[in-house]
Amino acid sequence: MLEIKDLHVSVDGKEILKGLNLSVDAGQVHAIMGPNGAGKSTLSYVLSGREGYHVTDGSVTYKGRDLLAMETDERACEGIFLAFQYPVEIPGVNSSYFLKAAVNARRRYRGEPEMNAMEFMKLTKEKMQVVEMKQELLARSVNEGFSGGEKKRNEIFQMAVLEPELTILDETDSGLDIDALRIVAGGVNALRNEQRSMIVVTHYQRLLDYIRPDHVHVLADGIIVKSGDEKLALELEEKGYSWLEKSA
Amino acid sequence: MSADNQEVRELAQKEYEHGFVTDIQADTLPPGLDEDVIRAISAKKNEPQWMLEWRLDAYEKWLKMTPPQWPHLRIQPIDYQAISYYSAPRQGDGPKSLDEVDPKLLETYNKLGIPLEEQKMLAGVTDMAVDAVFDSVSVKTTFTRQLEEAGVIFCSISEAMHKHPALVQQYLGTVVPKTDNYYAALNCAVFTDGSFVYIPKGTRCPMELSTYFRINAQNTGQFERTLIIADEGSHVSYLEGCTAPIRDENQLHAAVVELVAMENAEIKYSTVQNWYPGDETGKGGIYNFVTKRAECRGDHSRVSWTQVETGSSITWKYPSCVLKGDNSVGEFYSVALSSLAQQADTGTKMIHLGRNTSSTIVSKGISAMKGQNAYRGLVQVNKNAENARNYTQCDSLLLGDTCGAHTFPYMEVKNPTARVEHEATTSRIGEDQLFYCRQRGISEEDAVSMIVNGFCKEVFRELPMEFAVEAQKLLSVSLEGAVG
Repeated sequence: MLEIKDLHVSVDGKEILKGLNLSVDAGQVHAIMGPNGAGKSTLSYVLSGREGYHVTDGSVTYKGRDLLAMETDERACEGIFLAFQYPVEIPGVNSSYFLKAAVNARRRYRGEPEMNAMEFMKLTKEKMQVVEMKQELLARSVNEGFSGGEKKRNEIFQMAVLEPELTILDETDSGLDIDALRIVAGGVNALRNEQRSMIVVTHYQRLLDYIRPDHVHVLADGIIVKSGDEKLALELEEKGYSWLEKSA
Repeated sequence: MSADNQEVRELAQKEYEHGFVTDIQADTLPPGLDEDVIRAISAKKNEPQWMLEWRLDAYEKWLKMTPPQWPHLRIQPIDYQAISYYSAPRQGDGPKSLDEVDPKLLETYNKLGIPLEEQKMLAGVTDMAVDAVFDSVSVKTTFTRQLEEAGVIFCSISEAMHKHPALVQQYLGTVVPKTDNYYAALNCAVFTDGSFVYIPKGTRCPMELSTYFRINAQNTGQFERTLIIADEGSHVSYLEGCTAPIRDENQLHAAVVELVAMENAEIKYSTVQNWYPGDETGKGGIYNFVTKRAECRGDHSRVSWTQVETGSSITWKYPSCVLKGDNSVGEFYSVALSSLAQQADTGTKMIHLGRNTSSTIVSKGISAMKGQNAYRGLVQVNKNAENARNYTQCDSLLLGDTCGAHTFPYMEVKNPTARVEHEATTSRIGEDQLFYCRQRGISEEDAVSMIVNGFCKEVFRELPMEFAVEAQKLLSVSLEGAVG
């Protein structure tokens, strides 16, 4: 599904990713762990197409296509979803209106008929239960006045509605208490199947107790220094990152 | 004196000696402005003597006045002698069919979803009756009958001068005096038409009044004059303009709008202004110099101005409220968009004279491309205005880095019990907001329009429902190409 080869990325002239390789197959969950400043968020942003992240070398192939040649919204319509570490507030824009616009943008892209208000309400009602989100949040402006936990739940709720093929969870666990973490992880797990892939970017192992990965990679100083299975995450929890950084 | 003016003079004098003659051959006066031109206008409109004198007095005063220099606007000097001050609607002037209309204009109409028949009217296609637009003699007649039954007077101001001279004479120029400002004085001297509304005591106007439905409203020309009187305990909502860009040959527009609200009366005045903004250099756009003022004369009266200004190359406009009556309320909700090379200096004045008066100002300025947007607002609390309240919120949104936003708040408070609050923000349309929208699959253009419309929400919700929907669409169309 996703093939990253020798990816070099600079931000403001400073090289952050320095030859990253990663291959994600359909149905797999990959965890990317690493210390602060390793380039975890840069990876999330470059895959989703944020401005200011310049690819200087390497390639990214997604579903057989050159991902880097695609516009940000096109990538989203092709099934890439980024759950933001810091979801953005958009004052005056109704959450429900926003999400419906996103749903229908995808449908138009695929040549499908747009969803009407009734269908959309039914869909959102069903998906809100997955993340135990309050209905009233949909009537408010996008993320405006949401608590940290509500924002994160809203991300997972959007993901549930949009049903992406490749989800990137960028430090979704940060700022969540244990109950919220369980709910958010539950939402993510409910979406797992053989077609969908996920990249879980996290600093801590605890999220991986709930979202169990097929592969774990350690990102340090712009490259993947070690890959393994779930056990690697536990090892990291014990030993920290320093032993890997030195070997890198 | 030029030959043309000689002709005017002769024409005017000739008419004058015969009293007021309506049958005049020429339907457009040659360019130029002097007393004779004013006499000719007045004669063509068959006006009563007092009206002519009123105009001449205004003209004399205008001659001694100078245009205001304080606005944050760059204005090319205007040659007032190069303008024709009277042009009657003529058959055969405009394009003969839509094929002859600028395709760009038609494209915009289509984007705004304007029906074909209406497009013809807006583009000034001559081979059709305006009536056809509203299907429409029947629609119009129904409306007229309903209004008559309610006792509401809604007609052109020229008509009102003949049918209701006492009302016009009693109120005209009492809110905006002739010498109020340079452009208002000019309007007093040469105004050609406009709307007149009178809502009788205790009457709730049975429908939204719209210039759209006043058949000849499309040709009121560049010096429009509107007078709305809401008598005690009455209520009216008035809609001015429409979202379609109007094809217009007149560069200078100087309108005057006067509103009078008596005790317990309420006037809601909504405007959508979308005149031709000119090209990227500002060339060819309309100069819109408008004086709009409301007087809350009676206790517990209320006036609300809502405006969406997206057109014109220059906008100079400050819809104001004079809060004379105790407990009277003034409101101003504004969205002003300056894109291309547009310049807007707009805002309001809230003059608190009565006790317990309150005012609310919500201004949203959007600047894009080379647009310059200035908010200018005065809140004045006079000595006797016990417990006056004002809340002002003034937000600016910038798209790109070649545009500008400016805020000029003025406060004059002479009563210690007053409470005046002012909040102002300036923000750039966030890269993070755009990215968030686009990451969800929403195109950049849709994202911009969504964010901008969100920014304007507090104003749009003050507009009548259908108008609000149109205004949102209009904003999106106006912003096309402004980002990226």
